[in-house]
Amino acid sequence: MKYSALILSNLFRKKIRTLLTIGSFAVALFLFGLLAVVRGAFNQGVEVAGTDRLVVINKVSIIQPLPVSYDERLLRIHGIKEVTHANWFGGVYQDERNFFAQMAVDDDTFRSVYPEYVIPDDQWQAYMSDREGAVVGADLAKRFHWKLGDRIPIKGTIFQGTWDFNIRGIYHGKKVEDDTTQFWFHYKYLEERESQYWKGLVGWYTVKVDNPDDSVRVAKEIDETFSNSPWETKTDTEKAFATSFAKQAGNIQLLILSIGAVVFFTLLLVTGNTMAIAVRERVRDLAVLKAVGFSDVFVLVLVLAESVLIAAIGGALGLGFAKLLTLNGDPTHGMLPFFYLSPQTVVAGFAVTVAVGVVAGLLPALSAMNLNVVDALRRV
Amino acid sequence: MVRVDGGGNGSSLVRVRGLDKKYQRGSEEIHVLQGLNLDVDAGDFVAFMGPSGSGKTTLLNLLGGLDLPTAGTITVAGDEITHLSGSKLTHWRARHVGFVFQMYNLIPVLTAFQNVELPLLLTKLSKAERRQHVELALEVVGLKDRTHHYPRQLSGGQEQRVGIARAIVADPTFLLCDEPTGDLDRRSADEIMDLIDRLVREHNKTVLLVTHDPVAAERAHVVLHLNKGVLVEGQRVEEKAGVRS
Repeated sequence: MKYSALILSNLFRKKIRTLLTIGSFAVALFLFGLLAVVRGAFNQGVEVAGTDRLVVINKVSIIQPLPVSYDERLLRIHGIKEVTHANWFGGVYQDERNFFAQMAVDDDTFRSVYPEYVIPDDQWQAYMSDREGAVVGADLAKRFHWKLGDRIPIKGTIFQGTWDFNIRGIYHGKKVEDDTTQFWFHYKYLEERESQYWKGLVGWYTVKVDNPDDSVRVAKEIDETFSNSPWETKTDTEKAFATSFAKQAGNIQLLILSIGAVVFFTLLLVTGNTMAIAVRERVRDLAVLKAVGFSDVFVLVLVLAESVLIAAIGGALGLGFAKLLTLNGDPTHGMLPFFYLSPQTVVAGFAVTVAVGVVAGLLPALSAMNLNVVDALRRV
Repeated sequence: MVRVDGGGNGSSLVRVRGLDKKYQRGSEEIHVLQGLNLDVDAGDFVAFMGPSGSGKTTLLNLLGGLDLPTAGTITVAGDEITHLSGSKLTHWRARHVGFVFQMYNLIPVLTAFQNVELPLLLTKLSKAERRQHVELALEVVGLKDRTHHYPRQLSGGQEQRVGIARAIVADPTFLLCDEPTGDLDRRSADEIMDLIDRLVREHNKTVLLVTHDPVAAERAHVVLHLNKGVLVEGQRVEEKAGVRS
């Protein structure tokens, strides 16, 4: 591009100022990237929630169980295709800081209700034939360096004693956002070992509906079916369930959006001021360009291009560092298993950066465009 | 042939008729140019002199399409520029006018080459063609060996040479020089005037020069004095030659 020398040379007219402004963008976008990662980690369940799945919990609270006999009654409701159930185990592996989700799942149905989790058939068969078998997510296995055949002791907190499991399978997600930090084992094993208190009880149900558009009706019908019973239910879409779950940690979304908005607004002022100073400093140069025959619009674009270029370089650096930092995954040992900067977030961050560059450069660019050549040349 | 009586035959390169320029300064109206007429032929070298505030630079700005008159017309190479819109005037400037400023007005972050290349960026010339033109212009002004120097690495005289190279590189219809030696010592000023003189003689350029310096004005074919907004013809080159002989 024949104008590149003109744009680039102006950019580095005041090197320190330009570098500091680029640095402001880099820091802001780095922060944006990390905030987005944290937000994503809290909302992971919401993002990956199936649109055709409903979660049925006890109306009193999620920690109250439901009878396993609801399984068949749920399947009789029109519009429900499949039903599975799970129990939260809540055990500790080696240390309490090593948090990860352990669930006792219904072997016959869990896989088909959650098709996004992929496990080789031979590993599934090995799991099915081992009463103490367990299937773990690929990220979880990587985190603790587990491999097939390892024997894993988990100390129960809700369920007493130490429970030993044999890793028989490792599952992967179909999408990068899918949660591969879970630990599954047989519901039947839990039921047998805890038969005194937990026989015939499950933590929650997940039902798959024929038509996602029918979810509201089906949810209503489920709750009506079990109303006025000792085990009343509360049914929500999986997305709503995940959202309410995420909100238990506070309104992270609002907090992060507020911080992000303040950061970008500050950036807008900083860059706007920088560009205004940059234009004021070279009024004469801009006047010369106009005298030589460059149009008003060219001068406008020139100033805007500088502003956008500063923003884009800073933004790319900031997002690049954020991406590098997240490449190693969750730094919190399990609290934020989905610690990942998605390409969509990078694109969104970059788009916001460019927009800030345009807005910040607009007023100085307009003043440059409207510069009177004769007046400007007269200034010393 | 330069005339200020409005009696040109219509073949002039620059033709000015009834040019008026008024400024408003607070409640006071300043009548800088009053019904000015001028005819300049291609290849002429005209110097405008006059006291400060007499309107020399205003006249140059009007002739260069940087400003618009209050009344009157300016026609250059058949184009009447006084009624052109802002964008058309900008386009016209790019094709027809080469400016040389007193303060050189080079862009400090660009090299001599890049400064000279600026007007060519507005043309459709290829990179190689632009390079060829720039090198030729720098050669004409004697600075071919300073191509990659930045303005801060050049003397005042050299900076003005680069300014002249920038003015001539796109081969404009005429050059407008506003006090081109005003910021230079005598020796550098003489070198610059030698160069302008050579552009007129060897390259048949038309030059309109504003100056306070009688020595610089001496080089012109004709010196016009601007006083109280009116042009008065001074000595012609033939007369000057006669006086010298």
